[in-house]
Amino acid sequence: MPTLDRKVLRDVRSHGGQVLAIAAVIGSGVATLVMSLSTLDSLHAARERFYQERRFAHAFAALKRAPDGVAQRLAEVPGVLRVETRVLAPVNLEVPGFGEPITGQMISLPTQPRDGLNLPLVIRGRAADPARDDEVLLSDAFAQAHGLAPGATLQAVISGRRQRLRVTGIAVSPEHVLQMAPAAVFPDFERFALLWMHRRPLAAAYDMEGAFNHASLQVARGAVLEDVLARVDHLLRPYGGIDAHGREDQPSHRYLSEEFKQLRQMAIMFPTIFLAVAAFLLNVVVGRLIQTQRDQIAALKAFGYSNLQVGLHYLKIVLVIGALGGVIGVALGGWMGSGMFDMYMQYYRFPDARFQLQPALALAGVLISCGASALGTLVAVRRAVVLPPAEAMRPEPPARFGVSLVERLGLGRVLSPAARMVVRNLAKRPARTGLSALGIAFSCAILMVSSFFWDTMQHVMFVQFRLVQRDDITVTLLEPTSWRARHEVARLPGVTHVEAFRAAPVRLRHGHRTYRTVVLGLEEGAALRRLIDGELRSVDLPPDGLVLTGHLAREILGVGVGDLVTVEVLEGRRQVRHVPVVALVEEFIGVSGYMTLPALNRLLGEGDALTGLHLTVAPGAEGAVFRAIDERPRVAGAQSRHAALASFERTMAEQMLTFAFFNTILASSIALGVVYNAARIALAERGRELASLRVLGLTRGEISAILLGELAVLTLAAVPLGWGVGLGLCWILSQTMQMDLFRLPFVVEPRTFAFASLTVLVAATGSGLLVRRQLDRLDLVAVLKTRE
Amino acid sequence: MTEPPREAVFVARALTKVYDMGEVQVHALRGVDLELYAGEMVVLLGASGSGKSTLLNILGGLDTATSGQVLYRDHDLTRADDGALTAYRRDHVGFVFQFYNLIPSLTARENVAIVTEIARAPMRPEEALALVGLAERMDHFPSQLSGGEQQRVAIARAIAKRPDVLLCDEPTGALDSSTGVLVLEALERINRELGATTALITHNAGIADMADRVIRISDGHIIDVQRHATKKAPRELSW
Ligand SMILES: Nc1ncnc2c1ncn2[C@@H]1O[C@H](COP(=O)(O)OP(=O)(O)OP(=O)(O)O)[C@@H](O)[C@H]1O
Ligand SMILES: [Mg+2]
Repeated sequence: MPTLDRKVLRDVRSHGGQVLAIAAVIGSGVATLVMSLSTLDSLHAARERFYQERRFAHAFAALKRAPDGVAQRLAEVPGVLRVETRVLAPVNLEVPGFGEPITGQMISLPTQPRDGLNLPLVIRGRAADPARDDEVLLSDAFAQAHGLAPGATLQAVISGRRQRLRVTGIAVSPEHVLQMAPAAVFPDFERFALLWMHRRPLAAAYDMEGAFNHASLQVARGAVLEDVLARVDHLLRPYGGIDAHGREDQPSHRYLSEEFKQLRQMAIMFPTIFLAVAAFLLNVVVGRLIQTQRDQIAALKAFGYSNLQVGLHYLKIVLVIGALGGVIGVALGGWMGSGMFDMYMQYYRFPDARFQLQPALALAGVLISCGASALGTLVAVRRAVVLPPAEAMRPEPPARFGVSLVERLGLGRVLSPAARMVVRNLAKRPARTGLSALGIAFSCAILMVSSFFWDTMQHVMFVQFRLVQRDDITVTLLEPTSWRARHEVARLPGVTHVEAFRAAPVRLRHGHRTYRTVVLGLEEGAALRRLIDGELRSVDLPPDGLVLTGHLAREILGVGVGDLVTVEVLEGRRQVRHVPVVALVEEFIGVSGYMTLPALNRLLGEGDALTGLHLTVAPGAEGAVFRAIDERPRVAGAQSRHAALASFERTMAEQMLTFAFFNTILASSIALGVVYNAARIALAERGRELASLRVLGLTRGEISAILLGELAVLTLAAVPLGWGVGLGLCWILSQTMQMDLFRLPFVVEPRTFAFASLTVLVAATGSGLLVRRQLDRLDLVAVLKTRE
Repeated sequence: MTEPPREAVFVARALTKVYDMGEVQVHALRGVDLELYAGEMVVLLGASGSGKSTLLNILGGLDTATSGQVLYRDHDLTRADDGALTAYRRDHVGFVFQFYNLIPSLTARENVAIVTEIARAPMRPEEALALVGLAERMDHFPSQLSGGEQQRVAIARAIAKRPDVLLCDEPTGALDSSTGVLVLEALERINRELGATTALITHNAGIADMADRVIRISDGHIIDVQRHATKKAPRELSW
């Protein structure tokens, strides 16, 4: 090995603590990248494999009822490769010992499994026997939530008739990777089940013999999906077809896609911030390393080492640190990625999904780490390259000291000599002091970003489940119903207040932009479902016109108040109307449109009807009300707000917070790395001076006070700066995390400031103690023997 | 005594060096004319700040003159670009610095090896260290060596490449007389055996007796050149 390379290793080893600290910082950046991308990769691969193996359809259409013969006509639509018709039906279930209502969806099993679509896969137990009328496959997530195994029986209410179902197997399906009720925004594994049953018994139970009410299509590669959907829509309209749609609007697929989008965004945001901080830190550290090695650089050049060789030498030191950081990052990222993946696997049901860290990603992680390090130190290394050899042989000229501003302001008199040294040292090199402070500020900022996730999620939950949803129970009905239902429910014992609503599936259109969502019709003066504006003030629904979620209006449709939006109703008489947007509301979960109930009913042209009820109940009456509601045949489901909050917390919040937790670990390690480095650099620069002071008779305590005083002043100055930077980063993050499913409001709570500041202070204290130990062991003789 | 035919290795003409310090300009060299001949041993004497190191740095291609010309054989050092100067230093020059400039993270042997690795026909590092009497301390780091020992490593490093030119800035500044003698003997031996043209800066007029010529510098001028008909061996010098 060339001797110069040996010096690389020696220099790296002799700066061991610092090297590790920097490598940890870069590694943290790489880890976020590897974590997000490996999780994304693994999920993506699992999804693609599952879709392919179980033939997930490309297009879907629900309808009222069509004779089996229509399937042939669907198959003849140009671009359609395969058609699978099914019977889907709602069902109410009872699980012994679980008091709350459970809804489910029955799905008919393919009649020709060999070329069926959306094939469920039995992962435990056996397939249902076509000859038996009571055998079903049960969805995995539900089975797990209730501890049900093959052989279990369920009580079901099918078309008003009570029936016992025998579970022969537990299944997963590409159509329900995320097992979620059709209209739900978030999954609830305990209260919603999927059941697969053979077509014959299912059709018999629901009066669908010789007919179907759902079609799935496989579409040829070259075909234009929109054209196929339009033709299918046209074909199924006479049979009560409801909006044929592609995978993008298929709930499970859409949810997964949003998740992927979010992961991808995190894979950009966090590593960028972390790596930038790491690069910056490296620049400072390597810059100072080069500063202290001026004479060595001079000697090397004097012996005939070229600028390129000298530059490469320092670059190699940087690359060793970068590679070390990369390896740490890949290992850490892989570990965290598999943690994230396992967490996701509680929601997403794939058969035999395995976490995989692609070698290419691992390599990319190391390369990015090296690249960021090299980029970050380009300036510092350049300084070594351009240093003229004669120049470098003189020690750095003594810095010009002056009386600092603080002292000129008259504060000098109250300062002790040691404090005066601290102040002068900091003031002597304002750029260097500023850079050190900025480094610490950045670590404080990153900590704020991690903690910001908690704040914003808390805020989302508060707004959604305290301000917006104010009912105790939301009841969804099977189909539009008369107001009688409202009166009946109002009369149930324990119900204190009832408000009706109607949800209508629509496609909103403005210019060429369209979006499929629901318009919710609320009673005038509705109190159980509030609309709020950006300042959390309650917004009253104007008697006419459409109110839209701000995100839907601005980002998706590109409309503002006063613009006309085309509303295409996707059910019933399928009206198409132009409706003015009259107000925008701010919500963080989901996007939809709102109208008053009378206005919506006018738009639908179907007379007064409702599809659901919001109720409040007397304390303690929830269980009784649930049971009473559950017995009504037209009820599709009932959900308590309390349960919805719990399910939100378990899903979205847990996913975000798992990510935030890992980030907090990384941010803390960055904080520690930055502060420790700042302390070590100060020690390296000042060791000689401090040793001289010791020789002159100062005690260990006194010289520690000088060095640690500097560190303390630096840290205290950096923290408020970090707040500023942190707020900026949180704002950027809240701007980038604007998705259809949910959005992150820019809310930063005091505890975020406190957490970030405290962590930095703890890191500073720890680093201070480490450096203090080094100070105590300062070798006075050795320090004085060598030149600078 | 007939003078041997003398071949000028270095020719400097009207050499000046000005450090521009903003308000003040420091004239380190104010028009120096100088020849150094092949194989001779020259001692540069002068007060602190007189410009000795500056001159040596320019001869060694570490620094460039503000005006004037320096030739090393047929190389014009004043016109050479950075790459040419680097090649010149690598191929021809051995330095001993006023402040040793050892690399603290490398052992004595490695400090020498770092030079021999890029030289054309070097001796082995062990050989060079033996020449300065450090065969026993080869695997020690600079921090484990005394000042004089560090200085000797620096000399081993300079001579190991068998340089054509040996430029030494106060090689004995930090040494007691007996160690100093050891160092000077090493230099004298390289000068004699390899025929390396040697320029040696010192504050110690006693050392001047081992030189072929003594050049005195004061305030950026050469004020006196003295030729010795007979050189003294390092052992005979009085400190
Ligand atoms: N980089 C520089 N910038 C400004 N002035 C310099 C610089 N280097 C040297 N000088 C000045 O040039 C003059 C000559 O310096 P030089 O180092 O050549 O002296 P020297 O004869 O080697 O002295 P010493 O015996 O003390 O080493 C001095 O006045 C010095 O202050
Ligand atoms: Mg000098």
